[in-house]
Amino acid sequence: MGRVVLVTGAARHLGGLMVRSLVRDPSIDRVVGVDVVPPRRPLLGAQFIRAYIRNPVIGRVLADEDVDTVVHMGVIATPRQAGGRTAMKDINVIGTMQLLAACQKSASVSRLIVKSTASVYGAGPKDPALFTEDMSPKHPPTSGWAKDSLEVEGYVRGFARRRPDVGVTTLRLANVIGPRVETAMTAYFTLPLIPTVLGFDARLQFVHEDDSISALHRAVTSEVTGVFNVAGDGVLALSQAVLRTGRPAMAVPSALLGVVGRAVAPTRLVDFSTEQVRFLTYGRAIDTGRVRRELAFTAKRTTSAAFDEFIGGHDLGSGAALSVLDGAASAVQSILRRGALHA
Amino acid sequence: MPDARVIPFDPDRHHGATPDEPTSEGIVDFLRRRLTGTYVVDDFGFDEDLTDHVLIPLLRPLFDKWFRVDVRGLEHVPSTTGALVVANHSGTIALDALMTQVALRDRHPAHRHLRMLGADLVFQTPFVSELARKAGHTLACMPDARRLLERGELVGVWPEGFKGIGKPYSERYKLQRFGRGGFVSAALRAGAPIIPTAIIGAEETYPMLGNIAPLARLLGLPYFPVTPTFPWLGPLGLVPLPSRWIIEFGEPVHTEDLADQADDPMAVLELTDAVRERIQQSLYRLLVQRDSTY
Repeated sequence: MGRVVLVTGAARHLGGLMVRSLVRDPSIDRVVGVDVVPPRRPLLGAQFIRAYIRNPVIGRVLADEDVDTVVHMGVIATPRQAGGRTAMKDINVIGTMQLLAACQKSASVSRLIVKSTASVYGAGPKDPALFTEDMSPKHPPTSGWAKDSLEVEGYVRGFARRRPDVGVTTLRLANVIGPRVETAMTAYFTLPLIPTVLGFDARLQFVHEDDSISALHRAVTSEVTGVFNVAGDGVLALSQAVLRTGRPAMAVPSALLGVVGRAVAPTRLVDFSTEQVRFLTYGRAIDTGRVRRELAFTAKRTTSAAFDEFIGGHDLGSGAALSVLDGAASAVQSILRRGALHA
Repeated sequence: MPDARVIPFDPDRHHGATPDEPTSEGIVDFLRRRLTGTYVVDDFGFDEDLTDHVLIPLLRPLFDKWFRVDVRGLEHVPSTTGALVVANHSGTIALDALMTQVALRDRHPAHRHLRMLGADLVFQTPFVSELARKAGHTLACMPDARRLLERGELVGVWPEGFKGIGKPYSERYKLQRFGRGGFVSAALRAGAPIIPTAIIGAEETYPMLGNIAPLARLLGLPYFPVTPTFPWLGPLGLVPLPSRWIIEFGEPVHTEDLADQADDPMAVLELTDAVRERIQQSLYRLLVQRDSTY
């Protein structure tokens, strides 16, 4: 029996990558992409359907196409991508409710994969060094994407209770990074002057865009269900990541980061919401033991390697600082040598 | 951006007797790593490169010359496996914890790093939080304690917390309450030995004569100390008095066969009391042996 997979959020970068990855998989017969906006690049080999949030078209699509697996990637991270916070919340929360309502009625759907985020764990001083899937947040997120994702996960849990026959897998991804993906974090690290938090050095974790797709793809083809953390191995300190970009940093007190950040980057995708400021202050890291053991998935690139691929794709780098250091070092050495000759 | 350079692993750095004199190449390499962000930070935020090349060298003169620390019982600290170092806490600021870290790094034959568990206040406070994570400390919570012990790390805990370092000078060397014994259940779950450790000398570094409680509340601190020199002498009052120190690592309490007792509050509290009593007895014994305070 062939499989039909429906992907929401297919018009955006990661959704598009996911559709292409599924199209290449011979065990999958058909791929249907859905989004509220048309895709920037045509989704070759897949069918695209434009669905408005308030319109219960999804239900008809599920039935008409005989969809058995739904991959929900339609949760948007920043208001700018949606055209305002209200629209973002609509797409994220109402969109998810519509989708889950349609899945609940569907006779064909037997699997649901949800792309969530590690930001559901919040960020704060009372956090353990690494979050495992069964820990509850010590500082639950109160705004933005993180809060939307927390609500989405709540609805997904409700759906799983009502339809125990559907296998549900939720992946909590660390910040997705790479040479092509555009997120609030990639926008942050490409600022000409990067505002950081005075007196704190957040621990960050990244997952390469291709690894995040491999993880989602694995969740589609696997029989295993559950909630899984997904991240590249290791962590980077924020200061260390900034050094690797070669861009100057400006440390400001945590309370001022929002104001300063918005002044430095008024028009960019970058996010300086309360939640993001907490993240840039305290950082967060997740334990990936479960996804390794149960889903047999390990990200190919470490956090550090994923970040370096982002650097490589954006014409960033610490070459300038290095050449200054090497110049100074060779000058000092030649002075010392001359001194030794005269002695 | 050049590819992340592999930092050459120098085995001598971990097993050499004393730290080498810094060479100019070594310094340039270090600066290179620090300028390009190509050093490694572990999951807890521990920056070994910075700890070994900056933080410990800064503390070393204090350890060797100022406090002239006499380190005893190092044979009780394992070389490769996990263990929980439990010690008394005193001296207004947590110098005793830092000196224990230097003792294990410099004097232990395996040059072990001590990974300390700190109060959440530590991780809320600007600068302190940043330094604590880089020096290898993490929040005192069960998941972190277990994770470190299971990775075979040496974990340090000061169960008296602020009650210990903030107690008046008149109560010196009297152990305060040891909390709920969370550290004991962490050790039991991980099967790691507990090493009761007594520290003599820290009490006399900043003898706390008084505490301006309203000022402490205003600044959000657990206490605002008054010592013979602070705040009277301003920044000079921050210089610790040069007391003579002893750090004694006691005989380990083995926990391998007690894993099933980790959830038994009675057993945990009893073992907590036993560890506390061992440290208290060592303190009394060492105080009698000490010939001069300064």
